[in-house]
Amino acid sequence: MGLLNRKPGSTKQPLKIEKELTVINPLGLHMRPAALFVRIASRYRCEVWISKEGEEVNGKSIMGLMMLTAGQGSKLKVRCEGVDADKAIEEVVASVIEAETGERVFSVEDIGLN
Amino acid sequence: MSGDSKEIRFQGAGVSPGLARGLIHVVRDDLEDVVRYPIERSQIGNEIARFEAALVQTRVQILEMQQRIAEAIGAKDAAIFDAHLLVVEDRTLIDEVLRRLETERCNVEWVFQEVASNYAETLSKIDDPYLRERAMDIQDVTRRIVRNLQGKAPKPLLSMGEPHILVAHNLTPSDTATMNRNLVLGIATDLGSSTSHTAIIARSLNIPAVVGLHDVTEKLESGQHVLLDGYTGALIVDPAAETLAYYGEVELRKGLITKELKRLRETPSTTADGRHIVLSANIELPGDVESVAENGAEGIGLYRTEFLFVNRDTLPTEEEQYETYRKVAERVHPDPLIIRTFDLGGDKLAVGMVDVGDELNPFLGWRAIRFCLENIDIFKTQLRAIVRASVVGNVKIMFPMISGLEELRRAKEVLEECKKEIGSTKMGRMEVGAMIEIPSAAISADALAREVDFFSIGTNDLIQYTIAVDRVNERIAHLYEPTHPAVLRLLKMIADAAHANKIWVGVCGEMARDVALIPLLIGLGMDELSVGSTSVPRVKMAVRSLAVPECQQLVSDALQLQTSSEILARCLDVATKRYGDLLG
Repeated sequence: MGLLNRKPGSTKQPLKIEKELTVINPLGLHMRPAALFVRIASRYRCEVWISKEGEEVNGKSIMGLMMLTAGQGSKLKVRCEGVDADKAIEEVVASVIEAETGERVFSVEDIGLN
Repeated sequence: MSGDSKEIRFQGAGVSPGLARGLIHVVRDDLEDVVRYPIERSQIGNEIARFEAALVQTRVQILEMQQRIAEAIGAKDAAIFDAHLLVVEDRTLIDEVLRRLETERCNVEWVFQEVASNYAETLSKIDDPYLRERAMDIQDVTRRIVRNLQGKAPKPLLSMGEPHILVAHNLTPSDTATMNRNLVLGIATDLGSSTSHTAIIARSLNIPAVVGLHDVTEKLESGQHVLLDGYTGALIVDPAAETLAYYGEVELRKGLITKELKRLRETPSTTADGRHIVLSANIELPGDVESVAENGAEGIGLYRTEFLFVNRDTLPTEEEQYETYRKVAERVHPDPLIIRTFDLGGDKLAVGMVDVGDELNPFLGWRAIRFCLENIDIFKTQLRAIVRASVVGNVKIMFPMISGLEELRRAKEVLEECKKEIGSTKMGRMEVGAMIEIPSAAISADALAREVDFFSIGTNDLIQYTIAVDRVNERIAHLYEPTHPAVLRLLKMIADAAHANKIWVGVCGEMARDVALIPLLIGLGMDELSVGSTSVPRVKMAVRSLAVPECQQLVSDALQLQTSSEILARCLDVATKRYGDLLG
């Protein structure tokens, strides 16, 4: 069996990458952007974790994301761990931005930041 | 009101405009009764199979609803069901149910109900009202799963065969998907706010709706006759003849207003006596530019540029910024585009680039022009991009959070350096303005006015700093009063200083979109008002209904008054007289 005589270096070193995000949407990280995040995270093999103020949840679970209760201004940390962590983090972070912008155009009229 | 009428009024929030009259159908949200019974170890497999079957069934139902809403309203509104599907598939949720099946040894609907209500409870404790409302989505799915586990048919919501006004505790996405929208004349709910699902769907379906009626489902019975006012949020049971007559007129007038607002798109925003008030739009994202002309705005009075920094690790390059600004400028040409330089720092952080650090008082901290003058590279990159975009010919620039003359001069120096670097052939003429949003700037407006081409007053911050009130803080939010005598005096100082120095002055804060305050702003001599695109038609209608002398009279009267409420009352007098229908 190949397990024992696998050559060192033949597997990729699992990557661990972290990024920080700020929730800018006045409605917070609610169902729609959370759903987009989960769907994209679930496409990757690596583990995806997301945390707020030290509380960490599985980024592939919508219930987890909702439990973060990330309102506007929340600072989130996304952590991807695994072989495809680099690609995963790029895309999940982009997903949040996409959802945010889509949402803004959609429901937020002039929210009056000046 | 006639003495013998027994009409009863309930007051909620009008979230979808329009009037509806008819019989009500009250839907009560009966919680499913779930009993707990013990099971043998050998039955666990069977319970898991039942659970799986219920999840599959739920999935199918959700897909059907999604299809229905997509056809009826559009894919965007159906997207919420994608989130519902994820709840059905959620590993965390499913694993917890399976684990507790083993440890508790009882029927799966009870276990599931327990797990689901734990989640619901956590969500109901959230401070953020928006997110708290989203707890309903999760409940919507979990209740459906419980019903399926119990073998009950999905909630039979609207089997009514006649047109009716729907009264419910709250409407979930499934409810709105299953309701027969041709028969629903209006919607009234106990819970909800203008951002809740009910409100969003009601607006996209053009169904009048009132939410936040507390316990109205407890007080009403199906079959009662009501009048629902989606403008003001009133729900009137057994309306008296006078009430009906009154609303008959309202309906007629509102119909005319809607037509009038559409027609206004093409008309100039001049007062009844011919003074032109430039009416422009505030935008945030390049995509917002489409709605500027659609709503009849004359260009962009405030282009917020912070979005370029959000959620990224690298600084936006000069090229990227230039392209973005140039496209927006071309899109609104020949109307002006006023670009506000980065208002970063404070609560708007540039994540991952510059460590702003935790500040005790971010609103009084290192932000906007203060931040830019110390991060000169970031600042110059933006200024160079703006200078290059000015070649389109309609670009103006303004600096936020100017607190005094030296800061303004320093910012202008940096701008001049950028212009020299770029060379005059690659740029157009560009007006330079200062945002007046700090009381010190307002008080020294006469000095600032000599060195800029225009002022734009950010009323949100100006009011906040003047009265020292954070309006996000619910305890003191009531102190945030745009008609505070001190605010009025500051606005007057700014406008007078601008005109004494022959420069123009505009208002880009929320004050400009409050149609009750337009008479005050015109009376003060504001040359420009900039508001969110969708508010433009209403503001334009207000402007067109007013004459300058009555507004000036209002200001001179208001300056003699001592309290916010007196000043507001005077504004409302004028507004009501000229365009009462636009208010409320």
